[in-house]
Amino acid sequence: MTAVPAEEAPSWQDEILPILKSFDVRHLVYVPDAGHASAIREAEKDNGITSLALTTEEEGIGYLSGAWLGGERGALLMQSSGVGNCLNTLALQTMTRFPLLMLVTMRGDWAEFNPWQNPMGQATEAALKLMGVRTWRADQPEEVAHLVHGAATMAFNGDEACAVLLGQSLIGEKKWVK
Amino acid sequence: MTMTGSLDRRAVTAKLLEDRGDLLVVTGLGSPSYDAMAAGDHDLNYYLWAAMGSAATVGFGLAMTQREKPVLVLTGDGEMLMGLGALASIGQKLPPNLTIAVLDNGHYGETGMQTSHTGRDIELARFAEAANFPWTRVVTDMDGVSDLRSRMQSQAGTSFAAIKIAAENLPRALPPRDGVHVKNRFRAALGLSTI
Repeated sequence: MTAVPAEEAPSWQDEILPILKSFDVRHLVYVPDAGHASAIREAEKDNGITSLALTTEEEGIGYLSGAWLGGERGALLMQSSGVGNCLNTLALQTMTRFPLLMLVTMRGDWAEFNPWQNPMGQATEAALKLMGVRTWRADQPEEVAHLVHGAATMAFNGDEACAVLLGQSLIGEKKWVK
Repeated sequence: MTMTGSLDRRAVTAKLLEDRGDLLVVTGLGSPSYDAMAAGDHDLNYYLWAAMGSAATVGFGLAMTQREKPVLVLTGDGEMLMGLGALASIGQKLPPNLTIAVLDNGHYGETGMQTSHTGRDIELARFAEAANFPWTRVVTDMDGVSDLRSRMQSQAGTSFAAIKIAAENLPRALPPRDGVHVKNRFRAALGLSTI
């Protein structure tokens, strides 16, 4: 039996972890998504970063709040459906003001096959804004590094909640086999 | 059947926080925050007033960064029930300096003493055990509280205790509600800067 070759990630995916590391991010916490696969895989190999899978996305807000209280920075990776899970817990960031950087891969956003993803996907950016999170959207691969850099700068220099939404067209159409 | 314990929550909290040394404390919203305040406000107390279900994850992140200091999450049964998945997340790392103590009265005390799941014989310590915590206990007497305190202070391994307290609403001792102030004084006490 031959080994399955590692899937080649689009280059924008490979740019994310080095940017986070340039901001001294030490904790990468996530509920996985295909669009975050490269960052998660590289973080797991990196002794300088604690990578942590969460059972639900709001755990990441608490964890990063505690990590910041202890003096270290982190970032939270999730899919857009997870934003809905985070809403009440975002009060923790609003009331204590700690740097909260979130990278959100979008579903229900472009060429979505599964309509059950659409309600939360379409509400994601508005929901974040309602809770006081600053948002940016990347739909072209060349925008990703620029926007992640900008959001990280504002999160870590301003103790703000900042989210970059990574559009579904970046990730490509999910192939469904009948 | 509604199950409740008999320990005095303020006496339990005072015992856990006695001669606290470097102990870092995160409290869950509601009565555990008041209990910690009643034992004496402290720069290294971090009181939550909302974000229900987050006390364990805040303490987890803190324990993963301040690895040399003991970290206590002091919360209630309702608050812990809302964040049960956090036990599984903690179980992947098991920081030895982290202790979760649930003041378990089997009721939602803040909202009118409705019976909680633990008041209906669902035992929280078994979730922690399933999440590979190396030490879990159901504590029903003050000797058990003393054992928990010793283990917490010696950072002997991730610990979880469900402490069976009486279901009663005591006079509130209100901690500061300015979260930015509480955060900044906590960080300052650790020698960390604000932004």
